[in-house]
Amino acid sequence: MLQSRSFVKKTKQGGVRKIVREHYLRDDIYCGAPFCKVCDVSGAKLSDAPSPLLVVDTNVVLNQIDLLENPAIDDVVVLSVVLQEVNNKNISIYNRLRSLCSNASRKFFVFSNEHHRDTYVKDMAGETPNDRNDRAIRVATRWYQDHLGGAVHVLLLTNDRENKRKAIEEGISAETVESYVKSLGQPELLDLIVQPPSEDVKMEDVEDLRPSKRKVIYTEHKPMSEITSGLLRGIFHQGKLRVNRYNPFEAYVGSESIGDEIIIYGRTNMNRAFDGDVVAVELLPQDQWQGETSIAITNEEDEEEDVHLPPSSADDAPRATNLVQGSTGAANSPPSRPSGRVVGIIKRNWHSYCGSVEPMPMPAGSGGVVHALFVSKDRRIPKIRIQTRQLDNLLDKRIVVAVDKWDVLSRYPSGHYVRTIGVIGDRDTETEVVLLENDVEFKPFSSQVLACLPPLPWSVSSEDLANPIRQDLRHLQVFSVDPPGCKDIDDALHCTALPSGNFEVGVHIADVTNFVHPGTPLDDEASKRGTSVYLVERRIDMLPKPLTEDICSLRADVERLAFSVIWEMTSEADIISTRFTKSVIKSSAALSYVEAQARMDDSRLVDPVTTDLRNMNALAKIMRQKRIDRGALTLASAEVKFQIDTETHDPLDIGMYQIREANQMVEEFMLAANISVAQKILDHFPQCALLRRHPTPTKEMLEPLIRTASAVGLQLDVSSSKALADSLDRAVGSDPYFNKLIRILATRCMSQAVYFCSGELSAPEYYHYGLAAPLYTHFTSPIRRYADVFVHRLLAASLGINRLPDVFQDKAQLTNISDNLNYRHRNAQMASRASVELHTLIYFRNRPTDTEARIVKIRSNGFIVFVPKYGIEGPVCLSKEGGWLVDEQQQRIKKSDNSIYYGVLQTVQIHMEVVEPQPNRPKLQLTLIEDTYMTKK
Amino acid sequence: MEFVNPEGLRLDGRRATEMRQFRAEIGVVSRADGSAVFEMGNTKVIAAVYGPREVQNKSQQINDKAVVRCEYSMANFSTGDRMRKPKGDRRSTEISLVIRQTMEACILTNLMPRSQIDIFVQVLQADGGTRSACINAATLALADAGIPMRDLVTSCSAGYLNSTALLDLNYVEDSAGGPDVTVGFLPKLDKVTLLQMDAKLPQDTFKNVMELAIEGCKAVANYIRDILMENTKRLECRRGV
Repeated sequence: MLQSRSFVKKTKQGGVRKIVREHYLRDDIYCGAPFCKVCDVSGAKLSDAPSPLLVVDTNVVLNQIDLLENPAIDDVVVLSVVLQEVNNKNISIYNRLRSLCSNASRKFFVFSNEHHRDTYVKDMAGETPNDRNDRAIRVATRWYQDHLGGAVHVLLLTNDRENKRKAIEEGISAETVESYVKSLGQPELLDLIVQPPSEDVKMEDVEDLRPSKRKVIYTEHKPMSEITSGLLRGIFHQGKLRVNRYNPFEAYVGSESIGDEIIIYGRTNMNRAFDGDVVAVELLPQDQWQGETSIAITNEEDEEEDVHLPPSSADDAPRATNLVQGSTGAANSPPSRPSGRVVGIIKRNWHSYCGSVEPMPMPAGSGGVVHALFVSKDRRIPKIRIQTRQLDNLLDKRIVVAVDKWDVLSRYPSGHYVRTIGVIGDRDTETEVVLLENDVEFKPFSSQVLACLPPLPWSVSSEDLANPIRQDLRHLQVFSVDPPGCKDIDDALHCTALPSGNFEVGVHIADVTNFVHPGTPLDDEASKRGTSVYLVERRIDMLPKPLTEDICSLRADVERLAFSVIWEMTSEADIISTRFTKSVIKSSAALSYVEAQARMDDSRLVDPVTTDLRNMNALAKIMRQKRIDRGALTLASAEVKFQIDTETHDPLDIGMYQIREANQMVEEFMLAANISVAQKILDHFPQCALLRRHPTPTKEMLEPLIRTASAVGLQLDVSSSKALADSLDRAVGSDPYFNKLIRILATRCMSQAVYFCSGELSAPEYYHYGLAAPLYTHFTSPIRRYADVFVHRLLAASLGINRLPDVFQDKAQLTNISDNLNYRHRNAQMASRASVELHTLIYFRNRPTDTEARIVKIRSNGFIVFVPKYGIEGPVCLSKEGGWLVDEQQQRIKKSDNSIYYGVLQTVQIHMEVVEPQPNRPKLQLTLIEDTYMTKK
Repeated sequence: MEFVNPEGLRLDGRRATEMRQFRAEIGVVSRADGSAVFEMGNTKVIAAVYGPREVQNKSQQINDKAVVRCEYSMANFSTGDRMRKPKGDRRSTEISLVIRQTMEACILTNLMPRSQIDIFVQVLQADGGTRSACINAATLALADAGIPMRDLVTSCSAGYLNSTALLDLNYVEDSAGGPDVTVGFLPKLDKVTLLQMDAKLPQDTFKNVMELAIEGCKAVANYIRDILMENTKRLECRRGV
């Protein structure tokens, strides 16, 4: 049956146009109930005898999605009209609803009521679209009732009073969400319900204690039309709000319209914006830029910095705040950065947050419903008001909470409880929090994904050997060098001396793409995860365990499939020829770095593997030197290693990760392989090669490094990577650690390397600054990085082995994939850092320690120290009463009687102890031990 | 954008391999020798055929076969924004050429030497697939004019969106930027006489999309045959045979 649907639409240019579209009505849309006698039941998803069948309306989905996601709610009919409305209003909820509907274990059925012959409703004259959709929902519910007869009770869930009244008039049973959930008799479900706005007035109890009660705290957001015109006229500036990770009262909005970041001080100016929201900002008059600063500081009372790992790059380092802020000198010069205030929020970035309930006494009475404040683990998020009936249960738990709204009258946003993770302080709970906060997928692999695996036990088959594209390299003496206990071995090496005096050097990488085919659920899952995540005590795999640890892993003494890069090199490490091939190898030894190093060092050993190792090491050293001559930077990071108790999984000891020659040797060949592959794929696919670049840091980014260095009398030349590398080499201070410290400081000034697609940028931008390589990509770890899988496919296609998968034709999709890889990569790093921080905290919980630390930055209220032994960084506060004078310009601190001086990079003794100033937020506190003998000058 | 939802329905409620509703009418322009209106959903095209007749411009005359000329145009009111469409722009010149070549391939031109056949097609309402609709309308008009043809040439388009092959794209789907394969097909001879695509598509996917379009052409052919039979019966009645 044909219906035509016509509507009037305003075009972008402002014209009004009538659009007529066809709308086909069908008779082959089924009800989805398996017991239905009329319909085709092959696609049925509802349960055999649902009790009752729920039909939800749009607002229920939009507000109560957390409730719907709870497994207690099932047998839900989702109407297409509801899906459409949700899609228009909130795409993220739409995606959640869609994944619910496609989840095989949940009984959510999509009924295309808009295309069903009997449930389509025509617009009536004078009816608003909302009313029309409500009517469509009622008609569909009615249809279900009639269609299924008395077999089942059909219930319409709606919180809209008018809709409910009309439904009941029409003989449809309808209920509000709350009354339905109450009837289920599961009180904990009630916490998941978002309170409808009408009951709002009663919810202010928590704030009653505050003097601010019922006062308008925030200014009203400007209406959207005003914002749009303001943006057009240049009064407002649009940008994404980024809250300072180290000071939640300070935020930045990167604005394209003024080409600079606007600083926003204080919650009042942030005006209810969350981190990640797209906001419209109005600049404050210039004379207020200074004034706002002092307000921000008074606000700071209870919030201060935590001890954390040193940032690994400029991207996650605390922002260099305005020099003028709070300092005594140089106050006359105008602040260099504009500050502003938020006038409206263009797009919210609300999601769910992990944290705990702020401890409070159990109030008596009030019908079991308690209002509590939720404190997020992420310091950038303000406290959130929630309502709960299970407060005594939640007080010692980590919970997930979603935000619902934030109105001008309340100091804090209000939200609702989603679920409990576990007991606070428990390692598993806290680890899960780390994973959730960094958006790491850690659920076990689904059965569809596991179905893509080859049957176990797997071994190289005769077909693999007979395959003409696969070269048999089993005769070569191949070995691998990895960290001890490594199970996912994705690279192996060989090195044969040729009669000509040259060497044949091969890098063999696990042939993951032989098992992970594009378009399979396995591939989709891997591309979603992007990377394996390494936490202190566990590993979250990108690929299922059989692939990671067995089939792909190049273990010793078993035949494995590999993708090989084979060079012929002179003894001067000049590459004469490069060859790429798929291969079969048999590793003769899986060495650890320590073992490999020991073999090379032990001059008595002359067995073939050791000889090869020595040859390779000699080559690697030359290659390394060449690379350094080109201007590659040797950067340092303060990686630490935990010794974990095998029984309790508690950390026993922390130590710096030691880097040996063997590590550098393997790294050198991996770099060379990556560069060779990058060249090859770019030659073949100039438009769609996936490469990795490291942007050249700007002058401003290196500014803090130069300032610190000059404070200790060191001149750094940052004009090029070569110049920087040379001046870093020259930076030898009084003690051996000095150079490493400078390198650590240099590392954090750089931005991170990123994946990109070669078609997006022009050739000079492909440059990798840190490695001083014009081209770079990731090829060598396909088991744990998806980028490498991608590059494997490109390389195979360039060799004519495979056809290039379809994604490579789609530029937009390629960009999406590389963006996702960068996002996942970054999250994985953040998660492992957070995991290390967590374990550091657990380690020091019962071990107050005195240790040596280096000052890395002087601030107005003390200094920041870096503890080399444990690889952590944190603030040391010096009280004003102690008589300390700070000179931030000179980066010096001294006692008022001139008896003690502290300068940057100086060694100090500190005391480390875990304290809990705010409940449920334990932190490591560093305090200075004043010992005069160290600092006499 | 989601062009096919997980339930398998397209934006207008069709499934991936369903065509829009056809409607055709013969003899709508009484002055012409043959004429027809052809509708595919909201796309509506009128075609008129004149000839075979004497060649107007003698220099174009071909001694052993007929000259086929084709003019394609779009009515100003055919799209929503009522823009004035300049005549003879690149797009219509190209489509004119495509239609002329397709029709020429099935007309038995050698039976009508030193004559000329004019085909005029005009789009009255555009909603995607105008090229196909024009060819179908022209076929009907030629048949109405009684011009000898090898077979009824029919046309249909198919596209590839959301990793699904879609038959008979409408305007919204057409402007999504995906590949759009237009096929002209001789159903009895089982031959393709027109194949156009302006995008890249991997070979095996292309094969599927093209086969789908051919299926569409066969469906159109069946419909056109029915219409012609009906028309012939009516003419029969009128003559009182």
